[in-house]
Amino acid sequence: MFDSLSDKLQAVFRTLRGHGSLTESDVDAALREIRLALLEADVHFKVVKQFLERVRSRATGQEVLKSLTPAQAVIRVVRDEMVELLGGTDAKRLETSARLPSVVLMTGLQGSGKTTSTAKLGRWLVKGGHHPLLVSTDVNRPAAREQLRTLGEKSALKVHHPARLDEPRAILRSALEEARAVGHEFVLVDTAGRLHVDDELMAELQDLKTLAQPSEVLYVADAMTGQDAVRSAEEFQKRVGITGIVLTKLDGDARGGAALSAATVTGAPVKFAGVGEKVEEFEPFQAERMVGRILGLGDVLGLIEKVEETVDREQAEEMARRIRRSELTLEDYRQQLAQVRKMGSLEAVLGMIPGMGQAARHVDTEAGEREMKREVAIIDSMTPLERREPSVMNGSRRKRVARGSGTSVEDVNRLLRKFMQARKLMKQFGGGGKLMKRLAGRMPQMR
Amino acid sequence: MSGPSFLDRFRKGLERTRDILNADVMDLARGQRPLEPKDLDAVEEALIAADLGMPAVQEAMDVLRRRSGQIWTEGPEAMRAVLKEEIRKSLAAAPEARSFATRPWVVFVVGVNGVGKTTTIAKLAQTWKAEGRTTLLCAADTFRAAAAEQLEIWARRTGSPFHRGAEGADPSAVLTDGLRAARSRGYDAVLVDTAGRLHTKGNLMNELAKMARVAGREVPGAPHETLLVLDATVGSNGLVQGREFARAAGVTGLVLAKLDGTAKGGVAVAVVRELGVPIRYVGVGEALGDLLPFDAEAFAEGLLG
Repeated sequence: MFDSLSDKLQAVFRTLRGHGSLTESDVDAALREIRLALLEADVHFKVVKQFLERVRSRATGQEVLKSLTPAQAVIRVVRDEMVELLGGTDAKRLETSARLPSVVLMTGLQGSGKTTSTAKLGRWLVKGGHHPLLVSTDVNRPAAREQLRTLGEKSALKVHHPARLDEPRAILRSALEEARAVGHEFVLVDTAGRLHVDDELMAELQDLKTLAQPSEVLYVADAMTGQDAVRSAEEFQKRVGITGIVLTKLDGDARGGAALSAATVTGAPVKFAGVGEKVEEFEPFQAERMVGRILGLGDVLGLIEKVEETVDREQAEEMARRIRRSELTLEDYRQQLAQVRKMGSLEAVLGMIPGMGQAARHVDTEAGEREMKREVAIIDSMTPLERREPSVMNGSRRKRVARGSGTSVEDVNRLLRKFMQARKLMKQFGGGGKLMKRLAGRMPQMR
Repeated sequence: MSGPSFLDRFRKGLERTRDILNADVMDLARGQRPLEPKDLDAVEEALIAADLGMPAVQEAMDVLRRRSGQIWTEGPEAMRAVLKEEIRKSLAAAPEARSFATRPWVVFVVGVNGVGKTTTIAKLAQTWKAEGRTTLLCAADTFRAAAAEQLEIWARRTGSPFHRGAEGADPSAVLTDGLRAARSRGYDAVLVDTAGRLHTKGNLMNELAKMARVAGREVPGAPHETLLVLDATVGSNGLVQGREFARAAGVTGLVLAKLDGTAKGGVAVAVVRELGVPIRYVGVGEALGDLLPFDAEAFAEGLLG
């Protein structure tokens, strides 16, 4: 598949070695690679042009030309510029209005993920201690309002559903009354979509906007969209006025150039991202991560954060001490397994490693997960003594554990073998010996 | 069907694409000057803007460069002809599909979330009904909230029989019951609405493979067709979707949905080239009648005018 941009840039600059410093034509060559990477990621070609102009003026500056690692310097310029276009590094939040409730209009094309995003945003607000009221004014698509109501029920969200009303403005008015009466701080309005921008829809959205005086009008955009992303985002911006973008279906493998296109032409920041099918899989948008993705640099940042989020520092230090003293037990091993599982599916974790996104789909991650589950079950069926000192595991103990965990003796044997090997390895690590250094020498260079 | 002719509606669907290509490329004709390298850049951009995908674009550009001598002397008309020929060639390579060879004719409709699977099914049911066939609509999307309700409404509107299970039920079980019902009642066809799934979710793709096996047990040879619905606005990811769905579910044909005037649909060319399966239908609007059988000739014509 695609070579990552950094590899290509390395190659461009490698041929230049020995020339001493970079010339402008070298930068041109680099920019051509960047152009191709952006186009492959579905960034709109006009946006690409505009973007490269910005990059060029900085890339021909002294910091790059004099840099010892020009490839990295160019990438840094590209990254900085892109982060800025996508809305910067500030933490994203929802704007509120002075008078309650604050209304959020969810707008966008058909199938972009408005209804799901509405529920997800609702959950996100609830997690932050708020009490949003959800309402769908989509009287067009069959069962659209039903969908929001069911989603709401499943996720413990309040959904206003005046079944007898069938006119968007009347539905919205009724929701606003309800919100004021009950004291909801937010009303999230799921609006009707269209195949493409049409006058009728725009008029309806304008009406809803006038009525609701929303604090946010979010444009929901499908991360897989191609060159068309620019046109529709532009239209929504011009005719309704949007304050932010929600990027959906980021759990797929689209490079997501649409995000850059939409943000550039609307000037609105990307505020949130949908990253999975579950209602909880929704997060404030992180521009740096998206940039890595568009450029094919992987989501190292996301991976690091995920590890930090799930690994208990004290536990980790304690484990490190034990490893050093070669006291690793099956109990520790089990803890490790649990931590890996807490980080999310193997598939998701692998996907965040640069260059692994493609590989993740070819590795049977589910088999890996089943294996982990099985191992946890086996360890859970052991006595504390067996966990501390697996060498006591004789035949009858192995049989008992296999029965208790619903596995076979072979499974138990395999786990024990694996563990003994790991312990042996750990001993070598713990000795601070050559192995550790050898491994470290092999690690890819990280910036 | 009354109203504009088939070809007109096709052309209308691709209007936007043609506009881009025409504005950027064909304006060159008016100058009556020899083409320059920067003109080729304009062509490249136009093809990119049509979502043809970078590999296909680069290949087309190679062809243009190779034949640049001819194009240089004969002008933009020759360029247009070369491009049209390339696109037509790519699209015509795929084999013809046969339909309704056995009863019930079982068709899976698959695709990522939000591409328009359910609406496509409604349109197909309507078309087939007009041809005098009875089609069971089987709601095997047990995941998305109210998906079955949406299909049920379409079944009522098109006057088609309908089968569903409980929300969250095993789609294969729902499918089994649906196929049995279709068999015993002698329906002509079954359209199976599957849950939208991103092609990156291995377990969901496996579920699709399982459903195909289950269908084959109930009705010999089923699914007889597996239609992958592509959103006409999708970018390069459409190609990846095609590849992955073909691997898991054995796609036999494509439906290009939402090709209604703003979308480009160029990615379909790339997918056909890659998978070697034909585009079967094109969705050109929101109404039930807005599903057209695909015509490579008309598509290439519509794309490049």
